[in-house]
Amino acid sequence: MLLTSSLEPPTNEEPAVPTSRDVVFVDGVRTPFGRSGPKGLYAETRADDLVVRVIRELMRRNPSLPPERVDEVAIAATTQIGDQGLTIGRSAAVLAGLPKSVPGYAIDRMCAGAMTAVTTVAGGIAFGAYDVAIAGGVEHMGRHPMGEGVDPNPRFLSEKLVDGSALIMGMTAENLHDRYPEIGKERADAYAVASQEKVAKAYANGKIQPDLVPMATRKAAEGWGLATEDEPPRPGTTMEALAALKTPFRPHGHVTAGNAAGINDGATGSLIAAADVAAELGLTPKMRLVSYAFAGVDPEVMGVGPIPSTERALRLAGLAIGDIGLIEINEAFAVQVLAFLGHFGIPDDDPRVNPYGGAIAFGHPLASSGVRLMTQLARQFGERPDVRYGITTMCVGMGMGGTVIWENPAWEGAK
Amino acid sequence: MSDITEIFDDEVVTGALVRDVRLPGGAGTMALITLDNGFDHTKPNTFGPRGLRELDKALDAIEARDDLAAVGVTGKPFIFAVGADLKGAALVRTRGQAEDLGRLGHDVFRRLGELDVPSFAFVNGAAMGGGLEIALHCTYRTISSGVPAVALPECFLGLVPGWGGTQLLPRLIGPAAALKLIIENPLSQNRMLKGAEAFRTGVADAMFEPADFLEESLRWAGRVLTGEAVVTRPPFTADAAAWESAVAAARGLVDLKLRGASPAPYRALELVELARTAGRDEGFEAETQALADLLMGDELRAGLYSFDLVQRRAKRPAGAPDKALARKVTKVGVVGAGLMASQLALLFARRLEVPVVLTDLDQARLDKGVAYVHAEVDKLLAKGRVSGDQANRLRSLVSGSLTKDAFADADLVIEAVFEDLKVKKQVFAEVEAVVGPECVLATNTSSLSVTAMASGLRHPERVVGFHFFNPVAVLPLLEIVRGERTDDATLATAFATGKALKKSCVLVKDAPAFVVNRLLTRFMGEVIGAVDEGTPIETADRALDGLGLPMSAFALLQLVGPAVALHVAETLHEAFPDRYKVSASLATLVKAGKPGVFAPDFSIDPEAREIFEGSGLTGPDAGEVRDRALRALAEEARLMLDEGVVAAAEDIDLCMILGAGWPFHTGGITPYLDRTGVSTQVNGRRFLQPGVASVPA
Repeated sequence: MLLTSSLEPPTNEEPAVPTSRDVVFVDGVRTPFGRSGPKGLYAETRADDLVVRVIRELMRRNPSLPPERVDEVAIAATTQIGDQGLTIGRSAAVLAGLPKSVPGYAIDRMCAGAMTAVTTVAGGIAFGAYDVAIAGGVEHMGRHPMGEGVDPNPRFLSEKLVDGSALIMGMTAENLHDRYPEIGKERADAYAVASQEKVAKAYANGKIQPDLVPMATRKAAEGWGLATEDEPPRPGTTMEALAALKTPFRPHGHVTAGNAAGINDGATGSLIAAADVAAELGLTPKMRLVSYAFAGVDPEVMGVGPIPSTERALRLAGLAIGDIGLIEINEAFAVQVLAFLGHFGIPDDDPRVNPYGGAIAFGHPLASSGVRLMTQLARQFGERPDVRYGITTMCVGMGMGGTVIWENPAWEGAK
Repeated sequence: MSDITEIFDDEVVTGALVRDVRLPGGAGTMALITLDNGFDHTKPNTFGPRGLRELDKALDAIEARDDLAAVGVTGKPFIFAVGADLKGAALVRTRGQAEDLGRLGHDVFRRLGELDVPSFAFVNGAAMGGGLEIALHCTYRTISSGVPAVALPECFLGLVPGWGGTQLLPRLIGPAAALKLIIENPLSQNRMLKGAEAFRTGVADAMFEPADFLEESLRWAGRVLTGEAVVTRPPFTADAAAWESAVAAARGLVDLKLRGASPAPYRALELVELARTAGRDEGFEAETQALADLLMGDELRAGLYSFDLVQRRAKRPAGAPDKALARKVTKVGVVGAGLMASQLALLFARRLEVPVVLTDLDQARLDKGVAYVHAEVDKLLAKGRVSGDQANRLRSLVSGSLTKDAFADADLVIEAVFEDLKVKKQVFAEVEAVVGPECVLATNTSSLSVTAMASGLRHPERVVGFHFFNPVAVLPLLEIVRGERTDDATLATAFATGKALKKSCVLVKDAPAFVVNRLLTRFMGEVIGAVDEGTPIETADRALDGLGLPMSAFALLQLVGPAVALHVAETLHEAFPDRYKVSASLATLVKAGKPGVFAPDFSIDPEAREIFEGSGLTGPDAGEVRDRALRALAEEARLMLDEGVVAAAEDIDLCMILGAGWPFHTGGITPYLDRTGVSTQVNGRRFLQPGVASVPA
């Protein structure tokens, strides 16, 4: 009695926070992706500025959302130092001009960083801790090359916890070709050519541009410019051209710069909300979250990660792969996509898979890519009322996969 | 034309980098020019002949193309452009060169408004003078809400906005608003507008936040080009009467401030007047002529000299010892709790953010002193100049003590007690008994000898003069006085502290009344002396109007207070009895307890008039008063240099500009004395070589 005497009297009201709520993807945008390196679009552009631009564009595109209603800003980056450090979710929120009352944090699951930002804030929303959150990711691989500052524990190798190739992503892709001998280099190259073609077509049809936010780029020697489109795609890529590329990870190997995603710079962001709050604020959901799952695999074949994570997400959702009408899978390597498709018995050129093309053409600025997949799936949902479910999935370094299953609010069967 | 390029031989060239930008919304391609001199924001973009030609070349290439929808101009990070290269302007020798410089600017900048496609200026950072004029020549302008400074400061220096500003701005934002930028702001301590104010004034058509200013500006430009956004501006040129009355109002203001002393604002008025009806060619040529006249006039040269003193010499004080010798100041003691002491306590607390202890023997005075500081902090809080937390911090930093024990751990103790050598010596002896051996003892004396004050102390090497000007928070000058025994560490600490207090420090020798008071007292002495001889107060007081000083001699007397003025005059009389007279009338005025000769309504107080003009004699006329005062100033300044009071004439001028508010067009004082021939008449030579603060021979 003594303990409670100073507190408010107990009430019989329902708790303010519901036990679980529907979570929706309201909107997603990204900067155009750039090629890393001194000649790239963003050679002299800061990573945090990319994030700031994305956050501001999200707010601008959704004017009915009062900025103070954003409850969290979760931004992923693999290398969290320099302009990707300083708890980038918080620092970018302040730089973007969100009210200081809006908190933020940084998050890391390497390639699945932005995906994890989304699932993590989604968990918080479902739990009732947030109403609305911004989730996204950034990677400026030019300013922060892969592996910058890493210090692997010697026990990894001394105790043979992982294979020596596990930290070199290209080597893990070569390992995948060993595991799936039916996936040869030619199949991988053919998949890559198709990805380039699909991206070119999507651009020609104006499918990509609406979710890009133009980004100012300045180089001291050239002055200001404006990035309006992705820099990495190489339209017109041919099998012949790909056949001539080197296989840097193995002599006479399979993996080349042509059938893998490049080294890139870019940022993505999305607006995630509780379904009821989105309705209250007049925000139109583009996707509803159904389930998500992450899974671990042997790090030396990290590319198979999406298989168990997708199996698990399907199980959680009570769905089968046959219920999935659209698949956005990150193309870190062609072989890793083909292994996934093989597992689920899906043809290499299935039109449900990456209809706008994938990371082999767009590029893969590590921690940002998860939200690119979602943004593209959301746009496809809008055009495909015949599709009810779609997935976004990706493999992750150190042997992981992540999968998120989404439902299409525009699905005509619901009406 | 090549000869003006040679004059600007160390021009920091602002390049015009051009990149194609695909405008959002399918609005086509814009050639985007980035103005960038290759340095960071601490060296802003400026324009001399080479920079102008770079822009010209970029526009040649742009004009040759037929695939462009628009042209854009923006700056490097934080800086758009801040105008003409003033160092180069000071080197122009002939009228022909001056005209060439004017025409070159017009010829290049006007192209931006005369292309086949619309032009856009994206004002991302500071835009001043010629920099703002570039933007004005463009068809459209956007501005960042983060821009710290938008200004046409030419009249402040003694120029006119001569690369299109006087013709374009009034037509864009109306004559009244334009005159505020062109004349009123420059003559009000060179006030500058922030981005949002400039936007509200109509200088820009759209404003965006700094975080993604360029991207949103380009998006807006695309919308303007596709017709999605429409820019409307009110017409101003039709209403001749409004135009005239705006010019007349501005003329009234200029007369009030300058009384005809500097030609530039008057030329600017004429040009704005002309802008209503003149065509581009006529208007721009009139600007060129005004620019050439002013560039070939000594007022502008003195203005450029003054600007350089304030910008450079004030930041690197002549004779200051190595900065590395300075000791840390983590606590300050102030002896006394009167008004001056309280003002000092507030300044130290605010700028150094260290504890400040006031001491006084009287608890009531002490309480009043601390209460004054707290009340001033409250005022700062009410004005939003400090936050609530900062106000709490400042209040907690300032305390009072009846004993000097509270100084035990102070690193600097400044005394602001009664101006009496014996009193001050005793104060320092008491302080020395408490503080550590390295604690700096500073005196705020305005006229007593620092050396004498230090004599008898165990550590006379730690005593230094710290002469502030009233009001302490406002006037930027600090005369730092080196006594005979003052050591370098003490002096270095004094300079470091002065800088932290955001004051401009000038090193002066321990000589009676130092620089500013010595000259002002001499000057006032001549004016008051004339009145003593029978010249009417008004006549004597107006005699030096032609200099455009901020305050007449009797207005200054009123500000300083007759008692203080008398005290300084007596000190100087003691030191230099031949040159400094003590006016019996002034002494009577002090005895009568008058605040000066003016009544609260600025009329002459009849009792004061009786005191001064009772002699019934006929004094010198206005011209004679003026001659006497100027000759006295020339004589005194020369003597000060001969005595080594300061390192150079430049320091005297810097002191007069910063401590007395004497105007740029007089160059402080020595350029004015040189160009009027007074220095040669009195001293047989000039203070400064021709060309330093005057048109080169």
